[in-house]
Amino acid sequence: MKDFKQEKTRVDQADRTIYDVKDRLDPAFLMDSGITPEIVNQISREKNEPEWMRLFRLKSLKLYNEIPLPTWGPSLDELNMDQIVTYVRPKSTMKAKWSDVPDDIKETFERLGIPKAERKSLAGVGAQYDSEVVYHNVRAEVASKGVVYTDIESALTGPYSEMIRKHFMKLVPPSDHKFAALHGAVWSGGSFVYVPAGVTVEIPLQSYFRLNAPGAGQFEHTLIIVEEGAYLHFIEGCSAPRYYVANLHAGCVELYVGKNARLRYSTIENWSKNMYNLNTKRASVEEGGTVEWISGSFGSHISYLYPMSILKGKKARMEFTGITFAGEGQNLDTGAKVLHAAPDTTSHISTKSISRDGGNSTFRSVVTVTEKAEGSKSAVSCESLMLDSISRSDTIPVMDISCNQADIGHEAKIGRISESAIFYLMSRGLSEDDARALIVGGFAEPIAKELPLEYAVEMNNLIHLEMKGSIG
Amino acid sequence: MSHSLLEIKDLIVSVEDKIILNGINLTIGTGELHVLMGPNGTGKSTLVSAIMGDPRFQIESGQILLDGKDITEMKADERAKAGVFLSFQVPEEIPGVTLEDFLRTAKGSLEKRPPKILQFKKELKEQMKALDMDPSYAERYLNVGFSGGEKKKTEILQLLMLQPKLALLDETDSGLDVDAVRTVTKGIRAFKNRKNGLFIITHNARILEGLDVDVVHVLEGGKIAYTGGQELISKITQDGFGVLGKGVGLHEGL
Repeated sequence: MKDFKQEKTRVDQADRTIYDVKDRLDPAFLMDSGITPEIVNQISREKNEPEWMRLFRLKSLKLYNEIPLPTWGPSLDELNMDQIVTYVRPKSTMKAKWSDVPDDIKETFERLGIPKAERKSLAGVGAQYDSEVVYHNVRAEVASKGVVYTDIESALTGPYSEMIRKHFMKLVPPSDHKFAALHGAVWSGGSFVYVPAGVTVEIPLQSYFRLNAPGAGQFEHTLIIVEEGAYLHFIEGCSAPRYYVANLHAGCVELYVGKNARLRYSTIENWSKNMYNLNTKRASVEEGGTVEWISGSFGSHISYLYPMSILKGKKARMEFTGITFAGEGQNLDTGAKVLHAAPDTTSHISTKSISRDGGNSTFRSVVTVTEKAEGSKSAVSCESLMLDSISRSDTIPVMDISCNQADIGHEAKIGRISESAIFYLMSRGLSEDDARALIVGGFAEPIAKELPLEYAVEMNNLIHLEMKGSIG
Repeated sequence: MSHSLLEIKDLIVSVEDKIILNGINLTIGTGELHVLMGPNGTGKSTLVSAIMGDPRFQIESGQILLDGKDITEMKADERAKAGVFLSFQVPEEIPGVTLEDFLRTAKGSLEKRPPKILQFKKELKEQMKALDMDPSYAERYLNVGFSGGEKKKTEILQLLMLQPKLALLDETDSGLDVDAVRTVTKGIRAFKNRKNGLFIITHNARILEGLDVDVVHVLEGGKIAYTGGQELISKITQDGFGVLGKGVGLHEGL
């Protein structure tokens, strides 16, 4: 990787009229494009990180340069890494109160519904603007229970630094794949949540991520530790405006679920249609623990997303409920993985995918049952709905079972939208577009009902938005 | 005097290049109830589906007028807005959409503004009660897992909630037990008034009990072969279509 072009990103060239939400681009600090050890050192220096993290970044960068691009999924040929600005820091530093957040940033968040969610007494909001956390708040009653919810940079230098060091990229090592390595090298921003043993966090914690600069990649890291017998619902929501330059999102989520603990992790991702969403999410679950994934994938040009659950302890459980919507120019490769590594573990994967206007949606699942996992159960079901004859939907289930006493099931349904159902609804006065949207909304309903109400509403709105002008 | 609610002129309808209806002429006045009978496969369902605007059926020529307005070229949703309603022989199942949400969406589309929630809920509850429907069905996904009888009652529920000008009922009584037919008939009676019209396809006189039938049409060979009064129904149900004379009932399988 000698041929890095060190071009400045000229933000004044961007056509601002195409922005979904217009903001004045005024970052305090804009780095050169391309990734070199110097850049990695600079990121580390800017963050005043401990030395081990700087070395970790450099080691990851080395791996990044060594590992080839994946060739088994959607093409990444058009992804130009040299053009991606890895680090754009907003001028504001950490703010404790909403009123202190700069106006233009605030406006963006308002459009994304953050203050509204706040009003609705969600537990805390850690919202990421560009690469740095600018707004962050944990309600007193949650903090008083000993729950830590902070940006990961603060955690790295504070009293939890040892805990971070022990867990950071241990579930997803940088050697995992090229973009995990990239993440290890340039990660910035994200959340750290620690729920002590026996604590139930009754209101969901939520975080909203968003890209705001042309060519800016986003590499946020989420680390959640839920101790024995504790409960947490964490909501991650993403949306991004449109850009000309290829955008990359290579975040990383690591979830540690303790003995008899339960963690529900909900995501709605709505990326701009030029985004490369190469996100890695993984959970480890101890004895009797449960991880529940709710995952809605909208937007992006190309996605690779397969949250993985490692069921380490006896009777550990995972549930994955996901929906993917691929429209014109989109190739979304999504699914889930599970490793049954202990006896009597249970996994349940249920996904829906919708493709229209030539969109390509692929469901990929990997269920691995080790010889230790006697009495384990796994059920995988995926349903695809194609809205026209030019769209595509594939299902690639992989099962690797090394244990005789396991109960494994797989069910796949692929279908086109029913013309007679459309006529039925039209005969009741619904326009063709509304009839299609209603059918698609109904198809997505099993996912929507797993989401908190305002997110369910948001997902329905997204579906209606995506369905607008759908070609019959 | 009633004026003509539905007027069909020289209607020729084909499906996949095969002519099914070959010159239908028919007029239904406001406040009237017409019955359409005929042997299986003569195109009764085709006729009501074509009136509703089912895109599977091609209108080759002719005209369909509702309230004097030409709806021949309209899409199904525009016809629904003009006042046409079809009770389907096999109602569609719509997973993930509750009966209540669906009805509210439909009513909102027809009336061009969303119905007032409380009023709508109250009306829905009352109408369901009148049709001996378990109120929990409002929360169930439309027709999903409904029995044949429940699906047909749901069609009548929609008829009562949406209040169209012209109701086309395609064998709403088929496959129903005695009690369910009685309930459906009760629903039709509740719907019928001097301003609307009904066009009912049936093989069975039971659904018409207590209803004043104005005209009975017998469809055969792609045409209205016979038109008469209420007395035709008992004649046919007792003795079959053969009693009507030559031609009728001999052209199965069209």
